[in-house]
Amino acid sequence: MQKTLDQFAIGEHGIVRSVSGEGKIKRRLFDMGITPGAEILLRKRAPLGDPLEITVRSYELSLRITEAQCVLLSVAQEGEEVAK
Amino acid sequence: MRRFALAGNPNCGKTTLFNSLTGSTAHVGNWPGVTVDKRDGVYKKCAEPVAIIDLPGIYSLSPYTPEEVIARNYILDEKPDCVINIVDATNLERNLYLTTQILEMDVPVVIALNMMDAVEKQGDRIDSKELEKRLGVPVVKISALKEQGLAELMDKAFNESQKQRRGSTVLQDTALAHLIGDVRIALAGQGVGNPLFHAIKLVEGDEIEVEMHKETLPMVEAFKQTFEDEIFGNDFEALVADGRYKYISKHFAPVLQRKSTEKFADTRSDKADRVLTNRWAGIPIFLLILFAIFHLTFSENFLFISTFANWANSPLPTLEELGFDPDNYGVRWLATIYDGTIYSPGVIVNNIWNDMLVGELFGWIGGLIEGSGMAAWAVGLLNNGILEGLGAVLSFLPPILVLFMFFSILEDSGYMARIAFILDRMFRRFGLSGRSFLPMIMGFGCSVPAMINTRTLADEKERTATVRVIPFFSCGAKLPILTAVAGAIILSFGSGKGNADLITYSMYLLGIVVAIVSVLLMRATTLKGETPPFIMELPAYHMPQFKNLMAHLWDKTKHFVKKAFTIILASTIVIWFLTHFSFSWGYLEDEQINDSILAGLCKLLQPLFTPLGFGSQLGEYGWVFVVAAVAGLIAKENVISTFATLGACLIAAGVLPGFNADSIYADDTGIQAVVAMISATGITVPGLISFIAFNMTTIPCFAAVGTARSELGNKKRFRWTLLFWLAASYTVGTIVYTVGSWWWTSFIWAAVIACVSCLIVFYNKGKIKLSFGKKSA
Repeated sequence: MQKTLDQFAIGEHGIVRSVSGEGKIKRRLFDMGITPGAEILLRKRAPLGDPLEITVRSYELSLRITEAQCVLLSVAQEGEEVAK
Repeated sequence: MRRFALAGNPNCGKTTLFNSLTGSTAHVGNWPGVTVDKRDGVYKKCAEPVAIIDLPGIYSLSPYTPEEVIARNYILDEKPDCVINIVDATNLERNLYLTTQILEMDVPVVIALNMMDAVEKQGDRIDSKELEKRLGVPVVKISALKEQGLAELMDKAFNESQKQRRGSTVLQDTALAHLIGDVRIALAGQGVGNPLFHAIKLVEGDEIEVEMHKETLPMVEAFKQTFEDEIFGNDFEALVADGRYKYISKHFAPVLQRKSTEKFADTRSDKADRVLTNRWAGIPIFLLILFAIFHLTFSENFLFISTFANWANSPLPTLEELGFDPDNYGVRWLATIYDGTIYSPGVIVNNIWNDMLVGELFGWIGGLIEGSGMAAWAVGLLNNGILEGLGAVLSFLPPILVLFMFFSILEDSGYMARIAFILDRMFRRFGLSGRSFLPMIMGFGCSVPAMINTRTLADEKERTATVRVIPFFSCGAKLPILTAVAGAIILSFGSGKGNADLITYSMYLLGIVVAIVSVLLMRATTLKGETPPFIMELPAYHMPQFKNLMAHLWDKTKHFVKKAFTIILASTIVIWFLTHFSFSWGYLEDEQINDSILAGLCKLLQPLFTPLGFGSQLGEYGWVFVVAAVAGLIAKENVISTFATLGACLIAAGVLPGFNADSIYADDTGIQAVVAMISATGITVPGLISFIAFNMTTIPCFAAVGTARSELGNKKRFRWTLLFWLAASYTVGTIVYTVGSWWWTSFIWAAVIACVSCLIVFYNKGKIKLSFGKKSA
C-alpha cells in the first residue's frame, strides 16, 4: 500500500518510492537523505500538530506537513519485509 | 603558508575541532558580501604553521543556500592545500553524502571521523581502515571534544597537501556515468579546472553551472531527450542524489557494524525527546525553561525565597538588621549576594561587577580627577561626561553576557532546534518559521547578537522581517527605562506603593504585540512571499562544552567593550558638549542648560511629539523628554542617565525647589530623576507611557542600527528599515497617548485599523485596485 508521509500514523514506517515537489524543496529533501529506497519512521507530531519528526538514515529530521506531502512511501507490513 | 579548509555538516563537531586546532589565534569575521561567519586561525604544531579556514556547516554543495555557495566557491577558487572533511561517525550515511561531492573536486582530502567515542559507547564498531580503502583518501579517527587524534590528523593532512589529487566520483555505476565522462572530457578540453565536479553539477542542471558553461549544456540537453528512467524520468538532479545515497548504502555503510539489529532503535536523544517535545508537556516545559533563564538572570528574589519568608511572617532580615556595618568593605561583598533578599546568579554577577569592580575603579578615578585641580569644565567633561557614560554602558555587560551564556547552552545542547520544532506552527501563522523564534527571544537580552543570529534563517524576506521586529523585544538596556518610569509613575501619581511591575510587564507585552502586528503587516504588503520550507535536522542532544561557551562569551565581551570605548564614548562626549555649549560657542554652567545647543535643537523638534504627549503641551522644559529620546538613539542606556544629568541642571537652575541633585545621582534606579522630570514638566501618565512605548519601538541604539545595516546587506532595505522603526514608534506612541488620555479615541483607532486591514486583504485578493498602490509600486 502506498501513501504520502503526512498520512502516516505515529510509529508507522515505510520505504520511500518517489519524491515530488518544487525544485528547491525536492533538492533539500534529497540532500537530507530522503531518496527512493530510504526507510522512514514517523516518530511524532509537534505539540501543535505540525511539523512532523521522522527518523531517516538513523537521524532525526523535522519537516512540515506540506513538505511531507511530497514524499510517497510504501507502508511496511507487520512482520513482512517490503520487497525492494 | 599552507591553508587547510574544514568542511562538514552542521553539528558534526566542526567548531569544536576548529577551536581545539587554532586556540587563541582564531579570528571571526564575515565572508565577503554575505553575512555568514568566517572563522580562520593558525595551527602551529605541524612541520610548519598552517592556516585553518572553517567553512560554513553544510549538507550538500548544491547552489541553494549562501553557505553552500561559499563552501564550494572557496574550494574551487581559493584552492586550499587540503580539505579536512569532518564526518560525524554517529550519522555516517548523511555525512558521507557531502563527502562524495567533495571527493569530486581536484583537491587533497582527509576524512576526520569524529565522535568515535559515542559510536563505541553504543557498542557499535566502524572499520576505518576499510572505509579508507573504499573512499581512496586517508581516514583518521578523532575526538574533537577530547582532543584525541588531532596530531595524527594534521600530519596526514600535511602529507596529503604535498601531493596532487584528481577528483573521483561514486556515480560511475549509474546510467549517467557515460554522460558525466563525456562532459568532463569536454570541459577539460576547454581548460576548465575541476572538470569532474563541474561536469556532474552541469548534468544535475545546477543553476550556477548552467550559467557558466552554456556552450557545453547542449550535450546534457541532447542526452536528456533520449533518456528515460522508470522512477525518475529524466530528472537528473534526482538521479544523481539517488546515485550517491545508493552507493553510500551499498559500499560505505557496511563498514559500520551495529550492535543492535533494530532498525529504528530509540537513542538517548529520542528518550529525552519523549518528554521535551511531548505533545502535552512540550510547551509547558519550554515556557518553564524560558522563565528559569530570565529568573536566573534578572531576579532579585531568587527562587522567591523572600516571598515565602514573608508569607511565613518571618521576613528575611537585611544585613543592617543583622548588625553588620553596610559601609564595611567585607560586608559590601556580602551584600552583592544577600541583603534581605537572596539575589539570583545573574544579579550577583551584576552586583559584583557594578558595585565592587567598575564602581570602585570609576569612583577612584573620579576622585583623582576631582582632586587634580583641573578647570571646572574639564572635570565636568571627564567625570559627568565620559566616566558616567562609560559606566552606564559597562554596567550592562553582566546581564547581556549571562543571558547570552544561557542561549549558547540551549544552542549547543541541541534544545534550540526543538524550540523551533515546537513553535513552528505558531510562527507560520505570521509567515515566519519556528527558527525565527530564537533571534526574537534573544532580542530580550540584546538586539546585536539577536540580529546576527538571524543568519540561521535561509529565507531573505523572513530574515528582513525578523531583523526589523527584533528591537520590539525590549532589550536589557531598555529595562531601566521601563523600571524607572514605571517606578516614578507609582511614586508621583499612585499611592507610592503598588504595581510598577505590572506596568513593566505590560510594556514587554506591548512590544510583542507590536512585533506580531508588524510582521503580519509586512508579510501582507512589502515582504510578501511563500512561507519558507522547514526541513531541519534535530541534532542529538549533548552536553554543552565549556570551552566553546567561553570562546563565544569572550568574542561577545570584546565586541561589547569595543562598542563602549568607541561609539558610546564619542557620543557621550558629543552630548556633553551639546549640553554645555550655547549656539554662540560659549561654555555654559550646568544651570544654564536651557540655553544649550541641545536644548535649542530639541525645542525645534518638540512640537513633533505633541501627538505623543511629550511635545509642546509640556511647556518650557518639555524638551527634556525629546533630548532623552534623541540620546536614546545612541544608546538606550542614555535615556535615564540623561534625565539624571538634566535633573541636576534643572535643580541648579532653580526650577525644581525641594529636589536635591545628590539624591538623584545616588538613586541608581533612575526613579528620582524621572520624578524630577515629572514635576518640572507636568507630563501626564499617558504621556509617560507613550514615552516608554516610543523608546521601546523606535530606532534602536547605534550598535544595533550598525548591525542591522550589515545584516540586511542592502542599503535600500536598510533605509526602509529605519523609516519603518520611526513610523512604528510614532504610531504606537500616538495610539497609547490618545487612547490613554481620551478612552473614546479607541473607537477611532479600531475603525482605522479595520479599514487598513480590509484594504490590504482586498488589495491582495485583487478585488480593488488602489491608486496609491500604483504609486508605491
